[in-house]
Amino acid sequence: MGLKDKLVSSFLAFENTVNVDAPIHDIRSQAIKVFEEKGFPTKKEEAWKYTSLNAVLKHDYSIFPKEENALEFKDIKKYFLYDLDTYKIVFIDGKYSSHLSETTHDKIDVCLMSSALSHDKYKPVIDNYFNKIARQDGLTSLNTAFSKEGAYIYIPKNKLADKPIQIVHLSTGKESAQMLQPRNLIVVEENSHVQIIERHQSLTDNPVLTNSVTEIFVDKRGIVDYYKIQNDNEHASLIDNTFIEQQAQSVASVHTFAFGGNLTRNNLNFYQKGEGIDSILNGVTIIEGKQHVDHNTLVHHTEPNCESHQDYKGIFDEKATGVFNGKIIVDKIAQKTNAFQSNNNILLSDKATINSKPQLEIFADDVKCSHGCTIGQLDENALFYMRARGIGEKEAKALLMYAFANNVLESVKIPQLKTRINKLIANKLGVDIGFDL
Amino acid sequence: MLEIKDLHASVEGKEILKGLNLKVNAGEIHAVMGPNGAGKSTLANIVAGKEDYEVTKGEILLEGEDIEELAPEERAHKGVFMSFQYPVEIPGVTVTNFMKTAINETRKAQGLEEMPAKDMLKKIREKSELLEIDRKFLSRSLNEGFSGGEKKRNEIFQMAMMEPKLAILDETDSGLDIDALRIVANGVNRLKSEDNAIVVITHYQRLLDHIVPDYVHVLYDGKIVKSGTKELALELEEKGYDWIKEEINA
Repeated sequence: MGLKDKLVSSFLAFENTVNVDAPIHDIRSQAIKVFEEKGFPTKKEEAWKYTSLNAVLKHDYSIFPKEENALEFKDIKKYFLYDLDTYKIVFIDGKYSSHLSETTHDKIDVCLMSSALSHDKYKPVIDNYFNKIARQDGLTSLNTAFSKEGAYIYIPKNKLADKPIQIVHLSTGKESAQMLQPRNLIVVEENSHVQIIERHQSLTDNPVLTNSVTEIFVDKRGIVDYYKIQNDNEHASLIDNTFIEQQAQSVASVHTFAFGGNLTRNNLNFYQKGEGIDSILNGVTIIEGKQHVDHNTLVHHTEPNCESHQDYKGIFDEKATGVFNGKIIVDKIAQKTNAFQSNNNILLSDKATINSKPQLEIFADDVKCSHGCTIGQLDENALFYMRARGIGEKEAKALLMYAFANNVLESVKIPQLKTRINKLIANKLGVDIGFDL
Repeated sequence: MLEIKDLHASVEGKEILKGLNLKVNAGEIHAVMGPNGAGKSTLANIVAGKEDYEVTKGEILLEGEDIEELAPEERAHKGVFMSFQYPVEIPGVTVTNFMKTAINETRKAQGLEEMPAKDMLKKIREKSELLEIDRKFLSRSLNEGFSGGEKKRNEIFQMAMMEPKLAILDETDSGLDIDALRIVANGVNRLKSEDNAIVVITHYQRLLDHIVPDYVHVLYDGKIVKSGTKELALELEEKGYDWIKEEINA
């Protein structure tokens, strides 16, 4: 039985674990039908031309974790931003770990999707927002059908989340192969502000496939800074589907640091629903081996006087492959739009590949839209220059790569996170020089 | 300090240096002059360790040790410095951090501790004052958007920071106006000591009015064809290179 059939037939078993009378269950039942009809995407679809899921889908994944697994914080500390006080929503093999988490209901809600789905208190928010912007494609529908657990964050009007929130998904590998489908909902009301750091981490060599869906709503003048750290091992694959709806004068930024994993696909979608909105999409990808990272972005400008800024840097070594597909749609009404997109890549090996494709659909006539794409190698003259000043070849290469990605790193607003990412990069590049450029 | 013996070198199969000999002692300033295409920059780059050149014959000795097989960074660690004719722009790396990295990597290679931040800042302040470099300049990306003169001044600032035993200044005067020339020359003169040596590679005599060489060599067609004192530079300035060519070809 293929994975698709297994998933569809598992839905009945899944229904035994949830309240089928809840209104949300109609959404799930509808979604499993959509998945049954559409299935997994194939390379025949334009948006998946350069990313094949075939190899990832052939494993016999367990759909539901059999038991609860516990971990000690000291063993997994390194996957957290531990030198900073944060809220934490932590999952082990898809199940909430209260032991490792630190949630709150004081003025803001930082808790679990499962409790938000089952308590009446949260019903108005769930009714208003749940599954309202998630796309109805096969993968997202699959997640919706099995939606049960994940992070639930609700910041009411005029509130500043008093500390950043870490969402961490750990997989222990106690199952031989495991599929995880976290479902997150983040609602930030007028004038409110939140910073979120998300990380997926597999702790063993057993295959893990995560199909995650996150819906983020940013109301008027709200600010959301979202950081995704993707530094998983070579047996873990991630399909991240993130949908962000912004109201007037809100600012939302998503930084994606893709440093590792088997196959990583980021479907990042921004929908602008008011004037004066700023949407920021930044990414740094540094991969090697046979790793594959695909950034598929969409920014839909539907109102006048808005901006979007996309800056994706990629460094690919050995046989790594990268994809950048950035789509910008500017509706006819969306005059005075400023939409910028840039994708710069360095290939360190003859066998590394990047496919970069900007897609601009502009229907308004008074806009500023630009896109630029570069693919190059490290500058030999710059390397010699640095080496002639006593900087070793490996360090010189690392410094050039770091400098290449620097403007994206500079825009990280949490200093401890910036330091951590600098360290991750230094580790990846195998150098021991402090980058504090 | 530096001794080059019968050096033959080629790039992409074309022989550029054809048996070059040069001996520079500690405490000396040598000028290497010559017409375009004589091999001046090749000489500088080969001593610094650029890998595009193939040394087919001869030796390059630094304090008696053959450095021909060493990587550029290893030569730097031993005290070789080249001021680039065309300094490379490195966006995203500030002047200060580039220098910190260069000095600490060099110290590491020499088995020393990293320089304490306080000492580093003090040194940067001193040396930037010597080269009349504005503090703001130091937090800009290395060479990015610098004028020709700023780039050259920055090269000598780096020389001041690195304190090399052997400095090779490749066409450091090109692109400098008269004020910048004076600042750069003053910087170089202040760095001069009994323990180091400087090789000034130049096409024109004007830099030598400010950095006065002990010896002047004429490089022509891959060889040193004439050596003399600073008066030779004046003669070249006056008469050009044609008389040398005639002398050789006669």
